[in-house]
Amino acid sequence: MEPARQAILERIRSAHALRSATGRHDSGASYDAISRAYQRAGSLQNTERVELFEHRLKEYDAGVHSASTEKIADAVKEILANRGRRNMVAPSGLPAAWLPEGFTFTLGDGITANDLDHFDGVLTGCTLAIALTGSIVLQSGAGQGPRRLSLIPDYHLCVVLAEQIVETVSEAFDRLGPTATLPTTFISGPSATADIEMTRIKGVHGPRFLDVLIVQDKNRIG
Amino acid sequence: MNTEKNFRGQRHPDFPVAAKELLQDVQLRQNVRHATDVITAKRAHVVDEMQDWQTLRDAGSAVRQNALDHLDRYLTQFEEACIRAGGQVHWAIDAAEANRIAIELVQAHAAKEVIKIKSMTTEEIGLNDALAQVGIHAHETDLAELIIQLGKDKPSHIVAPALHKNRQQVRAIFQREMELPELGDRPEDLTEAARVFLREKFLRIPVAISGANFLVAETGGVCIVESEGNGRMCLTLPRVLIAIAGIEKVIPKFRDLEVFLQTLPRSATGERMNPYNSLWTGVYPGDGPQEFHVILLDNGRSEILGDAEARQTLKCIRCGACQNACPVYRQTGGHAYGSVYAGPIGAILTPQLDRFRQSASLPYASSLCGACYEVCPVKINIPEVLIHLRGQIVREEQETFAGKIGPWNVGMQIAASLFASGDRLALAQYLGRIGQKPFVASSGFIEHLPFQLGGWTQTRDLAPLPAQSFRQWWAQREKTAENSTHTKAGGQS
Repeated sequence: MEPARQAILERIRSAHALRSATGRHDSGASYDAISRAYQRAGSLQNTERVELFEHRLKEYDAGVHSASTEKIADAVKEILANRGRRNMVAPSGLPAAWLPEGFTFTLGDGITANDLDHFDGVLTGCTLAIALTGSIVLQSGAGQGPRRLSLIPDYHLCVVLAEQIVETVSEAFDRLGPTATLPTTFISGPSATADIEMTRIKGVHGPRFLDVLIVQDKNRIG
Repeated sequence: MNTEKNFRGQRHPDFPVAAKELLQDVQLRQNVRHATDVITAKRAHVVDEMQDWQTLRDAGSAVRQNALDHLDRYLTQFEEACIRAGGQVHWAIDAAEANRIAIELVQAHAAKEVIKIKSMTTEEIGLNDALAQVGIHAHETDLAELIIQLGKDKPSHIVAPALHKNRQQVRAIFQREMELPELGDRPEDLTEAARVFLREKFLRIPVAISGANFLVAETGGVCIVESEGNGRMCLTLPRVLIAIAGIEKVIPKFRDLEVFLQTLPRSATGERMNPYNSLWTGVYPGDGPQEFHVILLDNGRSEILGDAEARQTLKCIRCGACQNACPVYRQTGGHAYGSVYAGPIGAILTPQLDRFRQSASLPYASSLCGACYEVCPVKINIPEVLIHLRGQIVREEQETFAGKIGPWNVGMQIAASLFASGDRLALAQYLGRIGQKPFVASSGFIEHLPFQLGGWTQTRDLAPLPAQSFRQWWAQREKTAENSTHTKAGGQS
């Protein structure tokens, strides 16, 4: 394998030498000189940002719900009851206060993919959410679990705290920077495909049903 | 003369020949037209709402340019970071070497089956055929690739490879291949069938092969953008994951994804964000495959890098927007190109990857209207590269004896000589006016030209040379003006 590595790098370097010297600045300096005139920072107020997030989620056909911090368990109870989901799986590190009575929540971190296939759904938190694109971002770890947890069950209920919602994709990357190497998944609506006649059809291999519970304390935010 | 071999060694006709045949397929044209209309409208909607779209394109173009300018450094940086995170990095000069490495990795686990994420790179190197030759079956898991695989068809689009099939045709393939005679043709029925058909494979098969959308030099991370969740299944459930990526897929830093994760989904499927983006770095304990390989593929890319005008081809992030926008692609569909990469990007990428050996007709498969450039999220000036490649083809032909004495070269040399001198042009016009007489029809137009020129008049008429040329008219006008000035002046005195 080493000969190929050497040969490819040499070919690249001689290709660079073939061209005029203009392209061969120091990579750091020329990288820093790249103009980023696009909108990096958001401009919306808190309430508007949450509303935009809700609107985008609905366009993907995700369920959107809201609750205050002390009512999370009640809201979870109502959502799951309406969806008819009882036998749930959840990652370690999820706040116990989120879990209502009357449902089973099995700790999912060590469960194999095959066994995950038998649960009604999964309840997780998230790392952050992006209003502009209606995305939730999950990273391996407490309250979010390994990636298979939010993948194999057919139903996903994700709790998003209002302060976790950023407006732009750039703001999301600013926040993700320190944990960039963790396994990370951007989820934008239920699993879908546009492969048949270029029309978005909900529900292929990932969860076909996605509910997002936005936690917002009116007197504190907005 | 009229057949070429693509870089997977299969014979297929030149673009004009293949296109002529495919244009007779009314169903295919309807399907392609419908799909490209839908996607073009969706893209326009989500692009127009972005006030900073042009600056995102500028930044995307500059980041990709920077990556190519320092490709050696970014690749070694990626390699180092990936290895540090527990990944293994392999380098492959060409398709054969990449296939050999992949086969060895699969065989090391005694696997007879692998699951695959849609990857144009693995199509480029013919990986599935190479695996099949050593008795390994690759299950395509992307819905469109599954349709192609079960239908023994070929991809016709970068993003939606089965875009040329409508739902009834898909149903017929699934009914036959999945043995589901009762299957309905609602899109939901078809996706449900694919879900059931593949879930068992996701849960059982321990080796997966993927491509990659982006390799992040800074972190050693890999990013894959998808819709269905089949990608997530392949990236997280198997014990072993092998990602095959062209060397140009590297980007400098993690934050650069903030540009491409905005421009790629909006350009590719007309969505603000596609359902799933996966990002991972090497191996992570307790989450995902515990053995991870990246195969970095050259296969002609480093040579493109040396061509100052054409190297921008390598900025491509495979969104397919140029295909949807192209008036040629929208008529013919992707198969006419006889190449894994169809449409405008295919017309510039394929000939460079195979050094014109089997795809010299592709740079001519364009009207140079520029629609592709306008929609390109990384601002590849495709018309400019098309003209550059046409120039290369002509110059290469001129090097051969047959090319030198060929009608095109001789004709062009004569034309060059005529246009270089006013006297020679006037003489040619004089002779032309006499020579054209037998060809001017009663309509007053030339409807049929002889020999090789006949192609031009096949679908249009040509105006004959006028009795008076512009130069003649101008000279006469000057003379008349002079006379009238003299008369005027004379009158005043």
